Amino acid sequence: MKLMVPAVLAAATALTVAASPAFRNHLPEAAPAGIVTVGPGSFEFRLPGEYLKDGRPVDAPKRAVAFRRGFDIMKDEVSAAEYAACVADGGCEAAEGGNASATLPVTGVSYRDATAYAAWLSAKTGETWRLPTDVEWAFAAAERRRDDALGLAEDASNPATRWLARYRAEAGSSDKRDTEPKPLGHFGTNSNGLSDVAGNVWEWTSTCYVRATMSEDGKVAHSTDNCGVRVVAGRHRGYMSTFLRDGRSGGCAAGLAPDNLGFRLVREAPSLISRLLGMWARAVG
Amino acid sequence: MLTRREALFGTAAGAATAAILTAMPSAQAAAEPQPVDVSKLPRERVELVAPPFVHAHDQVARSGLKIVEFRLTVKEQPMVIDDEGTVMQAMTYNGSIPAPMMVVHEGDYIELTLVNPATNEMPHNVDFHAATGALGGAKLLDVNPGEQATMRFKATRAGTFVYHCAPAGMIPWHVVSGMSGTVMVLPRDGLKDETGKPLKYDRIYYVGESDFYIPRDENGKYKHYESLGDAYDDTLKVMRGLIPTHVVFNGRVGALTGDNALKAKVGETVLIIHSQANRDTRPHIIGGHGDHVWEQGKFANAPEKDLETWFVRGGSAGAALYTFRQPGIYAYVNHNLIEAAELGATAHITVDGEWNDDLMTQVRAPAPIASY
Repeated sequence: MKLMVPAVLAAATALTVAASPAFRNHLPEAAPAGIVTVGPGSFEFRLPGEYLKDGRPVDAPKRAVAFRRGFDIMKDEVSAAEYAACVADGGCEAAEGGNASATLPVTGVSYRDATAYAAWLSAKTGETWRLPTDVEWAFAAAERRRDDALGLAEDASNPATRWLARYRAEAGSSDKRDTEPKPLGHFGTNSNGLSDVAGNVWEWTSTCYVRATMSEDGKVAHSTDNCGVRVVAGRHRGYMSTFLRDGRSGGCAAGLAPDNLGFRLVREAPSLISRLLGMWARAVG
Repeated sequence: MLTRREALFGTAAGAATAAILTAMPSAQAAAEPQPVDVSKLPRERVELVAPPFVHAHDQVARSGLKIVEFRLTVKEQPMVIDDEGTVMQAMTYNGSIPAPMMVVHEGDYIELTLVNPATNEMPHNVDFHAATGALGGAKLLDVNPGEQATMRFKATRAGTFVYHCAPAGMIPWHVVSGMSGTVMVLPRDGLKDETGKPLKYDRIYYVGESDFYIPRDENGKYKHYESLGDAYDDTLKVMRGLIPTHVVFNGRVGALTGDNALKAKVGETVLIIHSQANRDTRPHIIGGHGDHVWEQGKFANAPEKDLETWFVRGGSAGAALYTFRQPGIYAYVNHNLIEAAELGATAHITVDGEWNDDLMTQVRAPAPIASY
């Protein structure tokens, strides 16, 4: 399972360390407002991507995933003002819509924008910030994670059964649909302390789209990754090209698209060496 | 497998020429209305229903000529037109965009009462493209806020016809603010194919396409106006650019998707009426066809067959008949795909039923490229 390896390794090697408040004082415009430590723990994870068995689409398999150490993730989605600071600093391209509110999440950002912001924030803070993997997001989402399995009886004769079931599972009424970004915190906090999980902003993850073929014994026989398309996590999983800023432009003619595209970041715990180097630098400097 | 359609066309092909010749005279005769003593005609009052649905009606007339009474009440109201919550100061008949469809049979009389409540700001009327004279009846239906008027016209031509508001000096603004609807005048003996054989539908859907022109502020955000009058100047400037900000079915982006997607079953024949009061459009069913299409919406003309996309002229309504043969999700779009995907002109049709492997089958599912 090629897809899983980086995700699990990244989390497993992470060391849980407290935020560095002293550092934040130097960069009030860059430092995120809150960080939540998720885990350690384990859960049953429905793999992302599309899975085929006997040439027919089936529900993706589940895997037991353990986070032996916790990981740090932003409590809130990156705000429009935080993102605007990156734009003003030349580190990011302007988001679509151009909002700079401190209370609204940034939306209208592509995968490329999100990774540019992570690189900029890392450079500013001396910490390592990155997008969560889909498995990290799913673990952090906890009770707000939705299993996207359809649980249908296999029907070899009618491929449309799955299409209709998927459509109906994800469909909503446009009368009730409200895609206007809401102030941070509007959608409440989940059991891990993350705000607005599975609200009306879908969040970029670093996980590539995968198409896999299952063998009879339920193992992955072979898979093809397409890293030009990444998983966006939210009320349902989406798969978006990395340059898209508006999910509605990315959906198929008969698909259901994310309301908005935004993100939150994971902070890599510094390795022992980098912590020592940091201490040395501070001592010398 | 021989489908119903193939069976029909197979037998129809040989007899086509003769059948057209015999079918034509009756259409000719119907085009010349005979004087009728209207006072003796029976009356029927029909309650209109909001699109995409159409009030109950007979496909073949079961009685003689009659007067069918309809009532439209003008509602000026703010309406949300997209998922971002953009609000348009709309003008509507009966509160829906498009306005309800009225169905009668050829030779029947439509008697319309137009009510303009005192709470409205604007004068309104109706121009029926199905009517003859007085600017489509608009001259007889000019009503100010607090007034109502009633006008009767004879439905002399069979087909789908637009109606819209046409107050002096402000016609396009009223139309692109929501004031258009459709009249369907069915032949008394129902729809027919090009050989004169009867055509029937199991369901009818009414898709009204609108182009909206919403002004933006200096940050590119759509502006909200407190009243119609406040919106007028800015809206007119956008209208003059001729590039709509929204092209939508049934009044808002996504109105006919998700829980509100149109529904059908494999084997069912659906009549889709597509109206556009202002601007050309080109309906297309992704994954399907138009079996019989009255592109210009006029039933005295033989329908075209097997169309992939049909052209509905601005200011007209077209009719397309299609029997669904495969289950799945169909997208019904304006096949200017930019307008469909970016501006809103997309509906979905969910179709349940059994898959037909003969029509389509997946020979090999996507997999890594084989090395031969």
